[in-house]
Amino acid sequence: MQAHTFHIKWGMVIDIDKCTGCGACMVACQAENNVAPVTEASNKLRTLSWMLVYQLSNKQDFPNHDVAYLPRPCMQCGHPSCSTVCPVVATTKDEEGGIVSQVYPRCIGCRYCMAACPYHARYFNWHDPVWPEGLDKVLTPFTSVRPRGVVEKCTFCHHRWMAAKEKARHEGHDPSHLAEDAYIPACVDICPTGAMHFGDLLNPEHEVHKLSKSPYAFRLLEKLGTDPQVYYYSKREWVRRQGDNYLKHEKTKGE
Amino acid sequence: MIDKALMPEGVERCSLGRFLAWLGFIGLFLAWGLYGAFRILSSGLGVTGLDNYFGFGLWITFDLAVIGLGAGAFFSGFLRYIIRIDQLKNIINLAVIVGFLCYSGAMIILTLDIGQPIRAWFGYWHPNVHSMLTEVIFCITCYCMVLIIEYLPIIFENRKLNEIRFLHHMAHNLHVYMPLFAGVGTFLSFFHQGSLGGMYGVLFGRPFVFREGFFIWPWTFFLFIASAIASGPAFTMLVAKFMELLTGKKLVDFSTKVLMGKIAGLLLCFYMFFKILDTWAWAQGILPNMGLTFDQMFNSELGYGTWLLWLELGICGVLPAILLVVPAFRNRPALLYSAAILNCLGVVVNRFVFTVQALAIPVMPFDTWQYYIPNWAEWSTTLMIVAYSFLILSLSYRYLPVFPQERKLNA
Repeated sequence: MQAHTFHIKWGMVIDIDKCTGCGACMVACQAENNVAPVTEASNKLRTLSWMLVYQLSNKQDFPNHDVAYLPRPCMQCGHPSCSTVCPVVATTKDEEGGIVSQVYPRCIGCRYCMAACPYHARYFNWHDPVWPEGLDKVLTPFTSVRPRGVVEKCTFCHHRWMAAKEKARHEGHDPSHLAEDAYIPACVDICPTGAMHFGDLLNPEHEVHKLSKSPYAFRLLEKLGTDPQVYYYSKREWVRRQGDNYLKHEKTKGE
Repeated sequence: MIDKALMPEGVERCSLGRFLAWLGFIGLFLAWGLYGAFRILSSGLGVTGLDNYFGFGLWITFDLAVIGLGAGAFFSGFLRYIIRIDQLKNIINLAVIVGFLCYSGAMIILTLDIGQPIRAWFGYWHPNVHSMLTEVIFCITCYCMVLIIEYLPIIFENRKLNEIRFLHHMAHNLHVYMPLFAGVGTFLSFFHQGSLGGMYGVLFGRPFVFREGFFIWPWTFFLFIASAIASGPAFTMLVAKFMELLTGKKLVDFSTKVLMGKIAGLLLCFYMFFKILDTWAWAQGILPNMGLTFDQMFNSELGYGTWLLWLELGICGVLPAILLVVPAFRNRPALLYSAAILNCLGVVVNRFVFTVQALAIPVMPFDTWQYYIPNWAEWSTTLMIVAYSFLILSLSYRYLPVFPQERKLNA
């Protein structure tokens, strides 16, 4: 299927060498996007984490042992494996900015998109969302809550983009040419080490444009052809090697 | 027997009490399944054993398997009404009923399987023309309707119903137009059997099932059709034999069963040739292009060993194909039935690995293998569909003229 092209392509570059795995991005994401806490979370394969931090290891013994942390939002793929399979067009990639949308009132919960996504970035609501008493008062008013039985995922805090465009219009600026810091998702906003960068991958004025072109930048599972809009950055060769399935004889990207 | 007037003329049936006891036994499974369905619909899919890795599990495996095995209906109909193989009239009624049960049962399970069953109609109202699942939704519904139309004349031929003039004529006219419905059914079934395979073949994020192919159709599209028409006739023939064992009556003559076995065998040879070719091309081409190796696709510790592949291709593929195409083997009842069982088992294994193993394999290099065990809620509802099939088959056998040869064979 032919991929859509956009004038703006929102993207993220995550510097893995700076990430400490603190999980602040996960917490910020959960709070910002009204992800309901799971009452019984012993089964980690049933919990909802739009942003999930994976621990990577070089699998060597001490003293050569090394770890890295890889935050994983939705990759907002240029060629999404999820949206083409959805039978009811609940998920699409047709809006300027290239964010893969998820229309919750449209989703029938068939979970075909989850089977299609190799990043496990899509989550199903196995139970009715229940917030502890009082927590409902601090829900983000700009993000819809989701019922049981639909698939949900990271949208790069799409509502923040809507707000930024609204603000730009109000101030008489062009909403299609936002400044670099005008629209930033919650996870990037909160990252204490500055490991996460966000902006327009096509705009040379944005930091992510430059970072994504670094020889140390890579994307997850590029060989599959999903064309993700999330880049990772690491000077450690073993980390870059874990970004994709390299055969033994293949050279790692950036070498 | 107070219900004797409802039975076909000149046939023997067990006493009503015995029949009711049998229905009561079936009812136990139906009741357990209905309880499971109630829990699932009232509390959500959280009561199942599915999770974020295994969005597809036992239900989808079961659906794909029974739809594949139910292909006996459309393919037998095609051979009987379009190609005009007259001998198949002895088993065509059963093929239609088995097909109807497989498809209607699959639709019931699918309704339970989606998270928002009340929105099930969205598939028709908001169709995504790029999704193979959309095609499945449309075709499976239309074909189920065709199967109902094909089942109706059999119901109207019930001795009492047939006394009603309108139903008598309607049954007659439906029979006249049956080649048309057989043709429509063949077209619909052909495409959705393919789309079920295509559903997996287009998953380019899952190297285990991804296949390139012909235009928009991945190879799995054609392989699923081939495997369905190879196993469907064998399954119908096995159901006939199973019913004979249950009832103690001869229902279909052996030569018809052999013919079904021969059809299944020839198609299985065709399927296996391309399946083996496809497996080789996948291991040599697709996997290395995606940076993966053949060995990475299997994990013996979690039960997904290469033995599954050899079981599917060898024991349940090549072996039954040989047994079914060689007349000397096919004409021996024990070998015929064994080969048919293996043939059907091969399709079930194929649908299982495409559904479950595909999701168990880690695609990201730092991810891990996962395992999946269906829980009581999935088993109860799945067995409910099996029980539902037994119920309809039992009622059909008792009250409808399903087997035209029964009187002659048991005289």
